[in-house]
Amino acid sequence: MATQQTQKLARILIAPSIILLLLWMIVPLAMTAWFSALNYNLLNPVKTFAGLGNYRYFLSNPAFLSSLLNTLVLVGAVLAITAFFGVLIALLLDQVIVGRRVVRLMLIAPFFVMPTVSALIWKNLLMNPVSGLLAWLWRLFGQTPVDWFTQVPMLSIILIVAWQWLPFAVLILLTALQSLDQEQQEAALMDGAGAFDRFFHLTLPHLARPLSIVILIETIFLLTVFAEIYVTTGGGPGVQTTNLAYLIYSQALLQYDVGAASAGGLIAVVLANIAAIFLMRIVGKNLET
Amino acid sequence: MGRITLEGVTKSFDDTKVIHGADLEIEDGKFVVFVGPSGCGKTTLLRLIAGLEDVSGGRILIDGNDVTRLAPAKRGLSMVFQSYALYPHMSVRRNIAFGLKMARMPKDEIERRVAHAAGILNLTDYLERRPGQLSGGQRQRVAIGRAIVREPKGFLFDEPLSNLDAALRVQMRLEVTRLQKQLKTTAVYVTHDQVEAMTMADEIVVLRAGRIEQVGTPLELYQRPANVFVAGFIGSPRMNLFEGPVATRNGTTTLGVRPEHLRVQPGDAVAPDGGEAWGGTVIQAEHLGSDTFVYVDVPGIGTLDARSTGELRVQVGDTVTLLPDMHQLHRFDAQQLAMA
Repeated sequence: MATQQTQKLARILIAPSIILLLLWMIVPLAMTAWFSALNYNLLNPVKTFAGLGNYRYFLSNPAFLSSLLNTLVLVGAVLAITAFFGVLIALLLDQVIVGRRVVRLMLIAPFFVMPTVSALIWKNLLMNPVSGLLAWLWRLFGQTPVDWFTQVPMLSIILIVAWQWLPFAVLILLTALQSLDQEQQEAALMDGAGAFDRFFHLTLPHLARPLSIVILIETIFLLTVFAEIYVTTGGGPGVQTTNLAYLIYSQALLQYDVGAASAGGLIAVVLANIAAIFLMRIVGKNLET
Repeated sequence: MGRITLEGVTKSFDDTKVIHGADLEIEDGKFVVFVGPSGCGKTTLLRLIAGLEDVSGGRILIDGNDVTRLAPAKRGLSMVFQSYALYPHMSVRRNIAFGLKMARMPKDEIERRVAHAAGILNLTDYLERRPGQLSGGQRQRVAIGRAIVREPKGFLFDEPLSNLDAALRVQMRLEVTRLQKQLKTTAVYVTHDQVEAMTMADEIVVLRAGRIEQVGTPLELYQRPANVFVAGFIGSPRMNLFEGPVATRNGTTTLGVRPEHLRVQPGDAVAPDGGEAWGGTVIQAEHLGSDTFVYVDVPGIGTLDARSTGELRVQVGDTVTLLPDMHQLHRFDAQQLAMA
């Protein structure tokens, strides 16, 4: 902005959108905060002031700690799987192979499938213990099919979510690989670096920044995984697959306790911000320079 | 030692032949420059020597050993790339040491060699910096440092100065030449800039369309070009080359005369005994101060470029006579080859 005139004009012109955006954010947040301070149950028309009671109630709920742990396990495992296999698959796709375009398109396809739809596909077509593809595969080798959502519910959810997010990681990492300078690779070749040396000394450092972006963006979305759990396990068995988002949902719409759910929502916001601060500390370094 | 021999080396990409059987002997310790117009195959030939491309036919020998099928690192050559190709996330120190580390050299030896190279190249103060924090000339020196620490049998340079500005290029040209003389290591240097070729080379290899046109010292190429292409390519401004009755009169198909061998005389003049005098009109005069280049349109010949002293006062439209130095005429036959 060159002059004070244009600066002023610019401020006036962008004000409406900023104000709208602010309202869009502030109003629901304020309402949540207000509800969290009320004894507010959908089955009880009388609302009374509760102070911090809802927070005490939500935090002392034994499901809270386990849901927190479940959230961390889910996010961590999916991040690990997508980062590791993302790099591996991106490296493979970067090679010149016949039909590379078709393979690339197919690999990226899962990202465009809605979470609910993909969860249903996994639940009914792949992981069904009687008619699923995996059950058939198990029987083919004379094994007893696994009842995925009962025996290993968390692993099943992790597999489904990782399957959805792997293409995203591959896409970003592949783009980064394609911008890797070819002369650097050749220089390393002249320097006598083998394939592994070149990967660890050149390729991996080059991927540090895109990997940080993958981790950052995935974390934001993985903290709020809901549809996959809702469609498949419904948070169970017990609370084995209940994450924070699902716990808040069940508090509000299964137990009709809007007050406690609002308190939980605000706690989730605080926790997400703590996680974000740590992530930016660790990962953000790679994004500088 | 670093004696590089090419025996009938050919290279094809798919169906396109880009190197048509190159035979070349590069003596130990020589600074050899490959020069030619873009697309002539000079970089490809260098990459074949480096081992970054597989040859399609023929052999490459270093010190008499066949290295044709050897991996790049095993050939004992190091290369400086056009883009420098420094490792961006490593410090200058680690960049220079990388090749030695890959060779599993002991730590103190690496330390010693890096310090030595940094000393030669004035990089001692920059060892902990990253390539991104260096200027173009410094990056260039790091790339050279990376090449010299391995104490190779030969250096390969792929247009290393083309990304530098003009002043720095002149300076680095001197530094590279001085360094090579100091280390007495064979160097193969690719460039399309004939000034670089003339000033740096012990021996120049002129390439055109995948063929070696002529090999010789800079002055040999300048004074006795083997064919019309070399005559036109080496020298700036270009040699005047023309066909027609004047060439026929001198017993050739193509006649060549360098601008400095044409004397400009204002007005009409008579040809001296056994000489030539070409009268024409000045169509352009470039006064550079030290020299004046006069472009003269001569009927029956075409436009000739003559180099004269800076004191010459001629203007566009003036009539002048060009008197060629008859001992300095270049005669080429119908096959475009120089006549003895």
